[in-house]
Parts: sequence; structure tokens; C-alpha cells
Amino acid sequence: MKPLQKVAASILCAIFVLMVLATFLLPAPYARQFRDMPNAGPSTAHPLGTDALGRDCLSRLLYGTRVSLLLAPAAALLSTLIAALLGSVAGLLGGWFERIVLAATDLSLALPWLFLLLVVRAMLPLDVPPLVSVVIAFLMMGLLGWQASVRVICAAARGVRDSDFLLLARSSGCKPARLLWRHVAPNLRPLFYAQFFISIPLFILTEANLSILGLGVMEPMPSWGNLMRGFEDFSTLSANPWRLVPLVLLVIVVMCFQLVLPQQEVAQ
Amino acid sequence: MIRRLSVLLSLTIAVCCPVFVSAQSAGQSGGELHFCLRGEPKTFNPLLVEDDASETIRYLTGGVLIRLNRQTQALEPGLAVSWKVSEEGRKISFRLRTGLHFSDGTPFTSEDVAYTMKALMDPQLHSPTGDSFRSGDGQVVVQTPSADNIVVTFPAPVAGLERLFDQVAILSAHSPKKEMAVLGPFYVADYAPGSYVLLRRNANYWKKDKEGKPLPYLDSIRLDIQRNRDIELLRFRRGEIHLINTLDAEYFDRLQKDSPAAAHDAGPGLDSEFVWFNQVPTGSLAEYKKAWFRSTQFRKAISMAINRADLSRIVFAGHARPAFGPVSPANHFWFNSALPTQQYDSAGALRLLAQAGFRLEGETLRDFSGNRVEFTVITNSGNKSREQMGAMIQQDLSQIGIKVNLVTLDFPSLIERITRTYDYEACLLGLVNTDLDPNSQMNVWLSSAENHQWNPKQSKPATPWEAEIDRLMQAQSSAITDKKRKSDWDKVQQIVAAQQPFIYLVNKDAMSAISPAVLGSAPSVLDPHAFWNAEVLRLGPDPALGAQK
Repeated sequence: MKPLQKVAASILCAIFVLMVLATFLLPAPYARQFRDMPNAGPSTAHPLGTDALGRDCLSRLLYGTRVSLLLAPAAALLSTLIAALLGSVAGLLGGWFERIVLAATDLSLALPWLFLLLVVRAMLPLDVPPLVSVVIAFLMMGLLGWQASVRVICAAARGVRDSDFLLLARSSGCKPARLLWRHVAPNLRPLFYAQFFISIPLFILTEANLSILGLGVMEPMPSWGNLMRGFEDFSTLSANPWRLVPLVLLVIVVMCFQLVLPQQEVAQ
Repeated sequence: MIRRLSVLLSLTIAVCCPVFVSAQSAGQSGGELHFCLRGEPKTFNPLLVEDDASETIRYLTGGVLIRLNRQTQALEPGLAVSWKVSEEGRKISFRLRTGLHFSDGTPFTSEDVAYTMKALMDPQLHSPTGDSFRSGDGQVVVQTPSADNIVVTFPAPVAGLERLFDQVAILSAHSPKKEMAVLGPFYVADYAPGSYVLLRRNANYWKKDKEGKPLPYLDSIRLDIQRNRDIELLRFRRGEIHLINTLDAEYFDRLQKDSPAAAHDAGPGLDSEFVWFNQVPTGSLAEYKKAWFRSTQFRKAISMAINRADLSRIVFAGHARPAFGPVSPANHFWFNSALPTQQYDSAGALRLLAQAGFRLEGETLRDFSGNRVEFTVITNSGNKSREQMGAMIQQDLSQIGIKVNLVTLDFPSLIERITRTYDYEACLLGLVNTDLDPNSQMNVWLSSAENHQWNPKQSKPATPWEAEIDRLMQAQSSAITDKKRKSDWDKVQQIVAAQQPFIYLVNKDAMSAISPAVLGSAPSVLDPHAFWNAEVLRLGPDPALGAQK
């Protein structure tokens, strides 16, 4: 492991430890409002200041990290798995099955998801606890966010389909499932990782947008997404630059993932 | 010698006439005022106005018989020199100004008023303005005894009749330009859909200033169509527009930091924010929750446990006042100043709940059957201040052991739930009030009304106090004297304060932005806040610098 990767791995470990120990490290409960000090700057009591309602920003960040770092990768994993399965099979088999998968993907991309999500929200019961609401939101993202990845993976699988090693495997009697599992998937693995990492920040930001529709993380629970909703007020942000910390953390986490995991893949 | 004399003379004039110099620098007639409409005007016909953009154009172009002064809240003569209401509010007689002309030069007579009234009351036209005059079955009779006299007789008494004429812009009966011929200070000169509306000075406008100079001072007003409020504020800061009619607290504070002279807070306005519980018998709620929501003590306890002062201070940055009833103190005449002010008292709330059979077990409040007291408040998504209010109410009610879930919904879904399916428990919303008269709230307070939100469209009043409100609202609407109407409306406010069907939270301040380059402005709590006196506004010597000054 190169020194840079060691640093990235250490940072990720530190963030995960902080995430796990958040309950013990919080300066204050994440929902508690210190109403005498809304929008306060950093202090010893509140190292990252407070938000508009006087809630401790560090506590909200630590707790929000737990929500986002557990659920966004889970949603990304789900969508990547769906895309990997559909894209690989379509690319490997070709013919009518590929055409059907790609047509379904095009149709799915053309659907007005925003309105469909609004319908889903309207159908959900109102008395859903915040945690369940979060899980539903990320599950929906995972189930609906596979289309773009399918096209990329299908194109790559198509390239592998006519390769010599696959011809050799076929001629030696390899079944399609084994072909897919032993020969195609390992060749496409870097692509799967890339799609996975691209999806994580995308889902975190999608969650922020869904919160506006009442589908994401609801008050008072924090997430990186709803912490970043405060960025819409540029003048407040420029006066309080420490509020950029959630964004900095998101960038660091995504970079660290990309630095660490490809090396593991190469090692295989 | 002659040159010396002329220099001396010039100096003498400059020293001896400081008044003249300062008058010149204080402002100048002419110039073009710029501000934004937040949507496309749907119509230029003043009788069909429903949207804000059309209302702005009607206000600036329409000539009315009686004008409500937005600052004093008193009625003032407009096109009518005087008026008299008789026959218990069924009949109104006007004496009109003579020698007036529409913007296209067509003479103004009582025939024009008669034509306008007939068009206004024509059921085929479906005029929203005309709806407020409809008091009973039968025809409206309009008589024109002379060119400067007109008598309008309604089939039944109309409460607050003369005040309604503030909304009726008089049309010309004879002008080929139809509704584009106006009697107001400006007329519509150009309209580029999606871009702007240009209003020019009406040279035939009747009003003059104290010195006899014809009004308005401005040459024109350019109304740019701009939906995005961030861009509107940015343009104001750049000095591209001169005013913003309504600002929310967040934008106001941002502006106040940069240009305090341009940010105006006229005090509490007519808009209120409130929360209510679903009391619809057919609503899809658990029966025990319906029982909570129907309990007056439960609602009063909730009201008592909400810290309104904190809501005003934190969510609205101090630009709101705690509200305790359906009428804002900004409504000088109709506000009931004797209403009790509900102080934040969580211990008192717990005592009330205990009387109603609730008990606090540890940190959880339970009803007499042992059910945990927990409910969901819905509000519209994207409204930051309501989401923040919801979060604060969550914490306030957690102090008395109540768990509140906050759910934001897109507006159509929210409206569907509160008006059709009744599938909700509590709702946090606001009311934009543009009319001072209690008659404008009939559709809220009558138990049969659609906007009687906690339990709408009742075939007969569900509770004795709702029956009493029905009686009082009908009584005030048919009463002749304002004193009697005020007495009835005061009682309605008392019942509402005692029963808390709506738990009023805050009255938001009326805030606007007006460039220091605009002279003569006097922001008002009534809409239009910033340009209600557009005819006397003028631009300073350096209008281009606008807000940056």
C-alpha cells in the first residue's frame, strides 16, 4: 500500500470511528436547540457553531455522517448491483434481450421521476418515524438510480463478449452463468467500482433534494444532504465559512474511497 | 464691470435662495421607476383581477370612486367627491368629480360608473371583485340622475359597502380602447409577455399636489417580470430596480446588512401563521386522537406550550409578533385589543392536560387510555420558515412529553389532504390577508364554509361555539353600523381565542425594500406596501445608484 493510500485509509478509519462513537462524542444532543445562541460562531461549547435554530453544528455533523455514510453507500451498492446484473447480462447475451434492457433503460430515463416520487410520498402514511423515512428514501434511490450505470456497463460487456478468452471458455463448455460470474464480471469490476463511487455523492445530494419534497431525512434528524441545504444562502455561507465542513467532509470521503479501493481491486 | 456684476448677482442668488436649491436637489419630477412583478399578469381587465401581478397593475392604473388610504386605513374621496350609504346598507349614492377624462381623452361621467357596475355584477363575467358585492338574490339597480350623480341599490344590505369600492376600477362606457382607457395615475403603454409591462404617466389624471402641480410625478413605471426572488434582490442591490414590495425576514436581514437605509419594516402586517388539528368526524384518524383534537383543553394546552416569542425572535429574526387571534393588530379598527395574550407556560399546559385526563409518565405524555400522545404536523415543502417553526414546536411540545413528527409535502398533496381526503392530524400553514373587513373571512368562520379548515362543510354546526360564531358572523354581515359589526366581530375573536380551533402563532411584519433614490415613500402594513402612494413618488437626482447608496 502506497503512503497516500495509507493516509486515505487512515482518514476513512478515523471518520468511521467518529461515526460509530458519535453518541459519546456529541457536545450536545443533535436536536437540542440553544435558543439564546442561534447562528453562533465556533466556540469551546460549540466547536462548529450553531445553526439557525441554535442546534450544535458539530453534533449534527457527526450524527448526519452516520446517516449519510451508512445509507448513501448502501443505496449506491443496491443501484450498482442492479446495473451490474442487467448491464452484464444484456451485454453478454446481446440480441433481443440487450435491446429490451436498453429500451427499458431509455424508457426509465425518460420517466418524470420527480413526479413519481411525489406520488410515492403522497401514498406513504404520514406517521412514519424519521428513521424509517430515511431508509425508504435511500431504498427508493437505490431502486431507481441504476439507469445511467446500465448503459455504461452494457457497452463494456459488449466489448468483452467477442474476446478470445470468452470464446475459449464457451468452446470448453462453460455455461452462461459461469461465463458471467468467472469471466465477464471480473473484467468489468473496475467499472462497477467507478459507478459505485460516482453514485455515493450523487445519492447524498439527491437526498437533500428529496428532503425538500418531504421524502428525505425529516426534521430534526440531520444528514449531509440537509446540512448542505444551507448552502443556498451564499451571503450567510461567506460570512460563516465553517459551515462548509459537511461539503469538505463529503469531498474527503469520496476521494479517500477512490484512493483506497481501486488498489485493492488491482491487487486481486 | 458687467462681468463682475453678473458674478456678484449669481453669488447673491445662490446665497439668498437656498430653499430653491434644496428643493431642486430633494427630487425631481419625471424619471422611470423600476420594480418587479413576480408573475405574468393574467388580465388587464380590472374586473377580472385574481392574481398579484394583475392587482399591481389595477392599483397603479385604475381610478376608483373611493380609495382606502393604506397608511391611515381611512376611506378617502377618489373619483367621487362624496358618498352616502342608506337603506341599511342597500343603497349608496355618489357625487362624482366633474370635468375628468380617461387616459385616452374620453370624458368621465356617471354613465361610466353605471356601465362598470353593470359589468361588475354581470353573472356571465364571473368577476371575483363583483362576488364581494353579491348579498342576495335579485338585480342591482343603477340610476344616473345626472352626469355627476349615481345611485346604486343592491337587493340586500352589503356590509362595509363603501370600502368595497376601493377595488372597483371604473371602465369607460364609450372609449374604443375599452379597459385600456383608465382614470388612474398611469396607463399601460407597452407589454412584452414574459419580459415587462410599461406604464406611462396619465396626463389626464385628476389629482394635483398641494402646490397645484399635476400628479403623478413619475413619467413611467417599468415592471419587469421576475419570478426568482434571489435575482430580484440582486437586481435591487445593483440599483437596477428601485423597490421590492414584499420581503421575507431572511432577505430583509441580508439587505439590512448591506444597505440599512433601503430596508423598511412597517411593523406587524396582516399575514398570520397558525396550526390546527383535524377535527373532521370522517377523517382517517384513530378515534382516541380525534378525541384529543376535539378537546378544548388539549388545544389550549398545546397553544400554551408553544413559545411564540422564540418563534418570532429566531425564525423571523424579530420581524414578527406573537399572534393570539384571527385579526392582526395592524388592522387598527377590527382588532380586538381586549383579547388575552397567551404566555408560554409549559407547567400550565401540563396542568390543563391533567384536568383533561392526560398524565405524564417519565418524559412521555399519555391519555387516560394509556396511548402515547404523538401526532404528525404537515406543512408545505420548501418553506424554510415553516420547517423551522415545526422544528421549534417539536422541541416545545417535547417539554410536556408530546412527540411531534414533522412532514413536509408538496403543496398540491397538502391541499388534497386538508380539503378532500382529510388524511392528516395537524397542519401548519399561513394566511395571506389582504382585506381588513371581517366579511372577507366569512369563508373561514362559517361552519358550512369550505375554508373552515378544522372541520369544513358542516351541514349543521358541530359544536355550540361554532353555532355562535355562525350567528355572530351573519349578524355582523347584515349590521348597518360599524359599531355593531365591531361588537359582533370582537365576540367572534373572543370565542376563537377561547376555543383555539386555529392556534395562531405569529403575525409577520410587512417588510419591503425601497431605494433611497425614491423620494416620498411611506411603507405601509397594507398591500401594496411600498408603492401605495405611487402618484407622489419621485426619483432623486441620482436614481441609477439606487440601493447602493
